[in-house]
Amino acid sequence: MSKVRLLVGTRKGAFVLTADGTRKNWSVSGPHFAGWEVYHLKGSPVDPNRIYASQTSGWFGQVVQRSDDGGLTWNAVGNKFVYDGVAGTHQWYDGTPHPWEFKRVWHLEPSLTCADTLYAGAEDAALFHSSDGGNTWSEFAGLRNHGTGPAWQPGAGGMCLHTILIDPANPQRVYIAISAAGAFRTDDGGQTWKPINRGLRSQYIPDPNAEVGHCVHHIAMHPSRPDTLFMQKHWDVMRSDDAGDSWREISGNLPTDFGFVIDVHAHEPETLYVVPIKSDSEHFPIDGKLQVHRSRSGGNEWEPLTRGLPQSNCYVNVLRDAMAVDTLDSCGIYFGTTGGQVYASSDSGDNWNAIVHDLPAVLSIEVQTLP
Amino acid sequence: MKSVVHVELPANLCLLARVSHLVEVSIEGPVTQRAILDALEADHPMLQGTMRDHTSKLRRPFIRFFACDQDLSHLSPDEQLPEAVAKGTEPFLVVGAIAGG
Repeated sequence: MSKVRLLVGTRKGAFVLTADGTRKNWSVSGPHFAGWEVYHLKGSPVDPNRIYASQTSGWFGQVVQRSDDGGLTWNAVGNKFVYDGVAGTHQWYDGTPHPWEFKRVWHLEPSLTCADTLYAGAEDAALFHSSDGGNTWSEFAGLRNHGTGPAWQPGAGGMCLHTILIDPANPQRVYIAISAAGAFRTDDGGQTWKPINRGLRSQYIPDPNAEVGHCVHHIAMHPSRPDTLFMQKHWDVMRSDDAGDSWREISGNLPTDFGFVIDVHAHEPETLYVVPIKSDSEHFPIDGKLQVHRSRSGGNEWEPLTRGLPQSNCYVNVLRDAMAVDTLDSCGIYFGTTGGQVYASSDSGDNWNAIVHDLPAVLSIEVQTLP
Repeated sequence: MKSVVHVELPANLCLLARVSHLVEVSIEGPVTQRAILDALEADHPMLQGTMRDHTSKLRRPFIRFFACDQDLSHLSPDEQLPEAVAKGTEPFLVVGAIAGG
């Protein structure tokens, strides 16, 4: 019978949650790396027992951990992230130039074809890669140096490269997103990059239609349609059908189009999930009612999913990397909250239950569907 | 001359290096911050980058060094440390600054 393994990164360590294919009874292991912030963990699609984790601390810096046995044991690998050449400057919050400084890795994205190859999205925004299982890292400097880098500015959470999507049909094509610079694409394996923000409109920046400067919170893609992208922006839910060359809004009837997460059903490329959050100053659900919203039409028409979710006095947030879907026949949807709950649905979002209630604030969730 | 220095690490680094609270390092020559950190990182490579920058070798902002009831954080990395540290009668403390929450 199939199994499901959830990899949960939190403010105070990592947790691994496992269940059989019924997804009724879960076992929890952790905390791994107790006391450290674990921004993200992700398993290799080539070898699911190979898992990488980004462990970080304001005091002690960045550590990358690797497991070769499905998260039972871990070993620290390389943590030397050095910007290529002269790092230069980006804009600070007040608009003045500020030197690029490495702070942490927000997201790790293993290659689709090699367990030893992976990408790391960093704060201050940069894309690093390793081809030796995380032991050594080098930067794709063409991203920061393509021209607009000095104009990038941090979002409230820092200037982080948080989304990395590899095109399954063309591994030379990779999409990334940065808060608050926007989305970018390479078509040559990371050597050169271009901004892909046409159609985004951000009222809170001097030129709402600027080439860069948009606070993209997350982007999702269905592997069967790599040219179609779905974006949760600071405000607005957006869609592109031409690999990011142009975007159109699909917020439709959402009660608020502010939020962080967005994901796509494993078997229905037009079924989307978001968690509407009240506003940029009030990072919690409207009226204390936690709702996932689902669109079965690729956007614009959304339905609230509430069965099993708290509908009163709930003031948690769901952060950008904290939603994932499994690939079982009845698609499972998972998300974690800043209140430490991990919610799961084994029926595409119709019904939810909390797997765990009291973890530290959840930063990220990934799911592995295992044979 | 060879010295055996006792180094006290904060809990997060003990967890990372899989060592107990107090570790011993052997140092040939003058006992300085640089010599202690070089020896620690050689014995426990996973500590590289956690106390000082990989490249510049500057102390990370929220790391402090104490010994013999003194804050030694702002000493030159090559300045000789108190004799009691070199003799192993007083530990060299690596401390995560009290900041945050």
